[in-house]
Amino acid sequence: MKRHQSKLYLLAGLAAAAIISAFESSMSPYYYQVAIYIGINIVLALSLNIINGFAGQFSLGHAGFMALGAYTSAVITTSLGIEGSDITGILVFALALVCGGCIASLFGLLVGVPSLRLKGDYLAITTLGFGEIIRVIIQNLDFLGAARGFTGIPKLSNFLWVFGAAGILAYTVANLINSTYGKGFIAVRDDEVAAASIGINTTRYKVIAFVTGAFFAGIAGGLYAHFITYINPSQFGFLKSFEIVVMVVVGGMGSFTGVILSAILLTILPEALRGIAQYRMVMYALLLVIIMLSRPQGLFARGLRVKRYLKQTPAAT
Amino acid sequence: MSEFLQQVVNGISLGSVYALIALGYTMIYGILRFINFAHGDVFMIGAFVGYYTAPVISRALGGSVVLTGIVVLIIAMTVCSLLGVTIEKAAYRPLRSRPKLTVLITAIGVSLFLEFGGQLIFGPDPKLFPSLIPSGAVVNSQNLIINVNSIVVIVTALLLMLLLRVIVYNTKIGTAMRAVSYDHRAASLMGINIDTVISFTFVLGSSLAAAAALLYGSVYPSINPLMGIFPGLKAFIAAVLGGIGNLVGAALGGLIIGLTETFVTGYLSPTYRDAISFAILILILLFKPTGLLGHHEAEKV
Repeated sequence: MKRHQSKLYLLAGLAAAAIISAFESSMSPYYYQVAIYIGINIVLALSLNIINGFAGQFSLGHAGFMALGAYTSAVITTSLGIEGSDITGILVFALALVCGGCIASLFGLLVGVPSLRLKGDYLAITTLGFGEIIRVIIQNLDFLGAARGFTGIPKLSNFLWVFGAAGILAYTVANLINSTYGKGFIAVRDDEVAAASIGINTTRYKVIAFVTGAFFAGIAGGLYAHFITYINPSQFGFLKSFEIVVMVVVGGMGSFTGVILSAILLTILPEALRGIAQYRMVMYALLLVIIMLSRPQGLFARGLRVKRYLKQTPAAT
Repeated sequence: MSEFLQQVVNGISLGSVYALIALGYTMIYGILRFINFAHGDVFMIGAFVGYYTAPVISRALGGSVVLTGIVVLIIAMTVCSLLGVTIEKAAYRPLRSRPKLTVLITAIGVSLFLEFGGQLIFGPDPKLFPSLIPSGAVVNSQNLIINVNSIVVIVTALLLMLLLRVIVYNTKIGTAMRAVSYDHRAASLMGINIDTVISFTFVLGSSLAAAAALLYGSVYPSINPLMGIFPGLKAFIAAVLGGIGNLVGAALGGLIIGLTETFVTGYLSPTYRDAISFAILILILLFKPTGLLGHHEAEKV
């Protein structure tokens, strides 16, 4: 992707968000809700793609980061008693989202550190463990509502916020892949030993990937909390993490547009197939297996690099 | 003191269930070098086989509890072995030469498929597991109650582990298994059929999981299609704790996890039960990634 294209993404995202949010009141509440979920899922999938796709560190704890962002921002806005529409409301909400992202990325740092010593399977199960530990801790904190959940969060998220965040993230990611950092991520992913041997600080890149990915997952959590106005720990279990992983895998790990497309598709599809809603998770599961068996680079990916990374045969081992 | 003893007995009986599941993880890891995420769900299927067959068998055998238990155990072990072998043939075998990440994602997919397929077929609501072990207490003093349940669980688990040890160390196929886990290519050059050995490993692992499921169901009689997730993850942690690929390590790890969990539930808070095993996992991976009894494996470049 060229650099000027990424600015285009940002502008397009923001413009679309601004235009559609002008018609917000005339949209049917159902379509409006689906649209918001699409935006939130794009943020989640793109942020996980930084960790899983670009840096190749398979993480199963994304819902944990999302929970941290959701709870942090909810605590900030409710304790300040923000109502919304005025300028202080907007500023406080932005601040709350960023704080949520920062707390999430702090934990991303914590998760990133053990990831320096772990690979593949072990890393996957450790991140899953981290996500579960976060959930269990929240469940035991009374001031966060424990298992009862956290109520009375002001409804501040709207189209502009959600798609603004998605646009900014898309812009960040698009620039990131072409930067030194992006090249570093891809080098670590493709061959860690070779990357280390030519002097790339693999530790640094892995941690940066975790911190960045967690930050945006935290933002997504904040947006989600301020849209549905009620959160409880069970919404952020590892099934949520799996859902995000499915979006990334279906779109193609390390693919940019593919992941956005699959986030949109996998949000609309279950809604369109309401009648057979109970088959949703079974279909996700089958989709994962079939894609891995027949098209491991993902449905929408065309990148050669990704293809080689997933289809290579281990030569020496 | 008696409360402490009570916790120890409960911990050992839970731990021996974890140990049986952990043995399956560790054997499959030893041979194929990947985590079979679907193992916990094979365990769940085992419990449901018990749930559906026990009443039928009990009627056919005229209500003898012990005999019913044994027959149901054999049926569950057979069904789960078939399931394990099918999963390996359909999902894992075509990916054998692919990178680990592909196999890992496939294993997660298979696991989710069994969980939610189970929800569709068995229904998502919890069901009451039939009692396969005669009820009653062996010791019944003031504060200490040791049920027949716990004793049967511990003894059955021990017997199965001994049987496994005999199979792995004293039979021809066991020797082949150890050879394959040591070096795939060299083993196949010696005329060992790798595919047969891998299938056999899945048979052993899955049948142990089925046995574990029946024992687990007798201690915690509420079963549902998602019941395999946490015992599966904890058994995996037990396998890592003991040193993955190591049979004695898996049994030891299972006991440690079972005891820790029971003590945390008894003395701290039941809500931390699920988090404590993950904390153990993270600590062990940070400070001794090879596990208690594992050995270091150098990375080939």
